[in-house]
Amino acid sequence: MNIPENLKYSESNEWINIEGRTGTIGISDYAQDQLSDIVFAEVIVSEGDIVKKGDSIATIESVKAAADVYSPVNGKILSVNEELGGAPEVINTDPYGAAWIVKIELSNPAETDTLLDAAAYDKVIQSH
Amino acid sequence: MFIPHTDADRAAMLHTVGISKLEDLFKDVPEKYRFPTLNLPPAQTEMEIATELQEISLVNESAHDLVCFLGAGAYNHYVPAAVDAIIRRGEFLTAYTPYQPELSQGTLQAIFEYQSNVAALTGMEVCNASHYDGATAVAEAVNMAYANFRGKRNKIILSPTVHPQYRQTVRTYTEGSPIDLLGDDPHSDLKASPDGLIPLIDTDTALVVVQYPDFFGRINDYTKLAEAVHSVGALIAVSVNPIALGLLKDPGSMNADIVTGEGQPLGIPLSFGGPYLGLFATRKEFVRKMAGRLTGETVDNRGQRAYVLTLTAREQHIRREKATSNICTNEGLMALASTVYMSLLGKNGLRQVAELCFHKAHYAAERIANLPGYSLWSPTTFFNEFVIRCPAPAAEINDLLLDHDILGGYDLSQDYPELGNHLLIAVTEMNTRDQIDRFVEVLSEVNHG
Repeated sequence: MNIPENLKYSESNEWINIEGRTGTIGISDYAQDQLSDIVFAEVIVSEGDIVKKGDSIATIESVKAAADVYSPVNGKILSVNEELGGAPEVINTDPYGAAWIVKIELSNPAETDTLLDAAAYDKVIQSH
Repeated sequence: MFIPHTDADRAAMLHTVGISKLEDLFKDVPEKYRFPTLNLPPAQTEMEIATELQEISLVNESAHDLVCFLGAGAYNHYVPAAVDAIIRRGEFLTAYTPYQPELSQGTLQAIFEYQSNVAALTGMEVCNASHYDGATAVAEAVNMAYANFRGKRNKIILSPTVHPQYRQTVRTYTEGSPIDLLGDDPHSDLKASPDGLIPLIDTDTALVVVQYPDFFGRINDYTKLAEAVHSVGALIAVSVNPIALGLLKDPGSMNADIVTGEGQPLGIPLSFGGPYLGLFATRKEFVRKMAGRLTGETVDNRGQRAYVLTLTAREQHIRREKATSNICTNEGLMALASTVYMSLLGKNGLRQVAELCFHKAHYAAERIANLPGYSLWSPTTFFNEFVIRCPAPAAEINDLLLDHDILGGYDLSQDYPELGNHLLIAVTEMNTRDQIDRFVEVLSEVNHG
């Protein structure tokens, strides 16, 4: 399972790439693998929305399940990936790249310290 | 009978809610109403009851016994015998989509053909495999539009010329929700052009609902309204009479986002009001927001044509709590009846039925408008239904017509108090010229009498 070292993770299988006050959010390789073939993705927040940690930001449906994607942090949505709706399969093929879901302005960058690093996230998924 | 709960289960549940016996649940009902004496007559045998029910039913007068000029949403069309013969086949008679749908290729093929026909008729890209009726289909359009904007737009504009019962159904569906319904207050100008709704539309508007032909039978082009709706990013739904679409420009060509309709005119008998059929079609971009199911055509592992449930009813399966609608069921058998009807008639046959309705209605309207004391209420072009202003209250005129075995029009004062002496008259291919002439003759007696 691919778990890039430079990202932070949530127990609900989101990743966030933090650059200064900006975070880019997606779902992990493990999550896409568990969902299997993804057929639908819909980002349910818009630019400018204020979201709280744990709020649903997107819905992803695969041939066998539907899942919510939750924001791992508090912040304001800067942009959403408009390409995702038309090509949800990139979540399977490129979960850490083309399949980013939203970019968010962190309201409290310090809180990202409470997120999991790659090693800790690896432990979480090993325990499943 | 399957009774899932044991005495112990029941005792545990009663304990959980803090009561000792089931009767305690009903203690808010005044005691005298709790176990009323029903005063039923003595029990009879099946044979006696059958005779009694038969006698009661003889009092009924159906559209077959009377000459029918009543429409207002349900229409007396001819149903070819093949419709009934096909839908009664055992393989089809179970209306529910099977839970292992791909096992039932015939059912899926019928649904696929239904979807294809309705999409072609309405000019839309996708169509679900039906709702209950025209009224609930409009309510589902409201649900879908509201969900589409994820609650960020809560205004729904209903044209006052949408069927009053459809609007009532929308009110029932949306009661208690943040949805704000407007556009059809009792003082609305019923004769105003549909563009009169434009000033109400703003960026809080999720959906504008209109009817085509409208409740009064009039044919409006909604292209300009659709343009205004889209300019603020809102959606427009058009509720249709599918027979009219055999002749008229389809709502897809007017850029409608959702087309709903009452499918009853397509080969389904009047049947005292149901079961009917709710048509629902939309653009492909909204397919995931649409309630219900969608059948698709594909090829199997031997390269043969096969049908699958491309989108299953998510209301029932993997995302119940996220579904736009909680309506899980459909009108499978009625959808099949309409499919058989549309297939039998074809594009030209449907056009012919529509033309017959149109021309006969116009013949009737012209003759009635020439009677002293009568006039047409609106100068707008109509399809097979029109409003006449009468020299006496509509109810009185209908009573007189019934004395002559004629089922008169719809008394509009029920829904529009300002239209006290107004009747909504429907004419279909079932009405012969003789029937229309007799109808006109009886109407003329009112004026003289």
